[in-house]
Amino acid sequence: MAEIRAEMVANVWKVVAAEGDQVDDGDTLVILESMKMEIPVLAEGPGVVTAMHVAEGDVIQEGDLIAVIS
Amino acid sequence: MLDSVLIANRGEIARRVIRTARVMGIRAVAVYSDADAELPYVSEADQAVHIGPAQPALSYLNAAAIIDAARKTGAASVHPGYGFLAENADFARQVIAAGLVWVGPDPAAIEQMGDKIRARNLMEQAGVPVAPGSRAPVTDEAAALAEADRIGYPVMAKAAAGGGGIGMGVAADEAGLRAAFATARSRAERFFGSPEILIERYVERARHVEVQILGLPDGQVLALGERDCSVQRRHQKVAEETPSPGVSPALREQMLGAAVRVGQAVGYRGAGTVECLVDTDAGSFVFLEMNTRLQVEHPVTELVTGIDLVEQQFLIAAGGSPSFDPAAVRPAGHALELRVYAEDPVRFLPAPGPITRWDEPSGEGVRVDSGYQAGNTVTPFYDPLLAKLCVLGADRAQALARAREAVAAFAVEGLKTNLPFHAELLASPDFVRGDYDTSLVSKLRPR
Repeated sequence: MAEIRAEMVANVWKVVAAEGDQVDDGDTLVILESMKMEIPVLAEGPGVVTAMHVAEGDVIQEGDLIAVIS
Repeated sequence: MLDSVLIANRGEIARRVIRTARVMGIRAVAVYSDADAELPYVSEADQAVHIGPAQPALSYLNAAAIIDAARKTGAASVHPGYGFLAENADFARQVIAAGLVWVGPDPAAIEQMGDKIRARNLMEQAGVPVAPGSRAPVTDEAAALAEADRIGYPVMAKAAAGGGGIGMGVAADEAGLRAAFATARSRAERFFGSPEILIERYVERARHVEVQILGLPDGQVLALGERDCSVQRRHQKVAEETPSPGVSPALREQMLGAAVRVGQAVGYRGAGTVECLVDTDAGSFVFLEMNTRLQVEHPVTELVTGIDLVEQQFLIAAGGSPSFDPAAVRPAGHALELRVYAEDPVRFLPAPGPITRWDEPSGEGVRVDSGYQAGNTVTPFYDPLLAKLCVLGADRAQALARAREAVAAFAVEGLKTNLPFHAELLASPDFVRGDYDTSLVSKLRPR
């Protein structure tokens, strides 16, 4: 199981993957936006998205859980 | 003379405008969002009006709230700074319609230059060199591919209504262009509200050099020297200098002359910047775009000319003459600007957070335009610019030495900044020699 956490304070611009999706290493899970820059958050290995903890428009803090891949 | 101004901006540029307003005896009104209530510019203004929540669309891009704030505070004029509504012709028109003085160029000039394709066509007519590129907007992939075939690869796809490097992509072939076009179009729609794309020949070894112009009420257009802005990451500027080490006196004369023709072609009034690409191999240049506002990096021009550009903006907006003799402008010395960003210095990713310590350098030839102080929190809602560290030296070597000392003395704690990157830049042989182009930062950060 891999927990994907936020590296910085950001707004959630787009949620690309949904719970139940099969993802591969490097697939985009969500796109964050911070300081006028879009930052894709990527899967770090293959698996299934078992939890998506953020929604578009959320403001997340560094360390917040974004998704779980099992 | 104007007696008051509302500054429709935030951070360092709001503070910068307030400083000159104070010297000129102009009452300064600030506006701020929920995120910025604690920033220095809010308390330094004579008056400050809360205009909305943190999201730019609801505050600094909210024209109605800003004009309402100007009315309520009895401000006589509006200074837009840069970014946000600074190059929004509709906003300029609303300001004027509300009976306020717009501290900027005529809205028609903003409009003509805001559309990059229209601007290129206009410049070509005025005899200013432009890179091979689209004469009409491209909105679908097939048309983009056809244009690229006509122009020749490599090409760049960018938003016709865009700016700030957002959504720009380079393509070396068809496959690359399909991807670059899709990205550029989605960014163009999202950030600039228009899907129109410009396809332009990409110059591989290029310096980004711009000319500061000042249009006077009598129609005269002055060129106040150039700035080299080739140190960029993600097509965004990180450091600037004047004069450009890559521009010969003969090329400078041509560029300044072309910039004056650009200004005259649109009847430009006030401070503006003509951006060009200099082909370092060919020693030639092409017009890139014009920014119809005060530029972020205007301080380097101020340092070598001794001219306060914001003061000229106020004087010209009021219909008056500049404070200096146009015939007696003699730039002297060498100036650098280092943009201090809230970002990690290795990957350049945004790093908002609290500022626990903020000690600015000072000393001979050092100028810091900052938007923050210790105790402030940098939020993710706006651009990452914390401060502009500028230095003036008698020559480039002295400017570099002063910049190194100033970077070492700039102490910021609590969040990551790119100050360590600036220390590296100032030590890199290519930069020290002045022999660099827009690929410099990627060379310092090979993947």
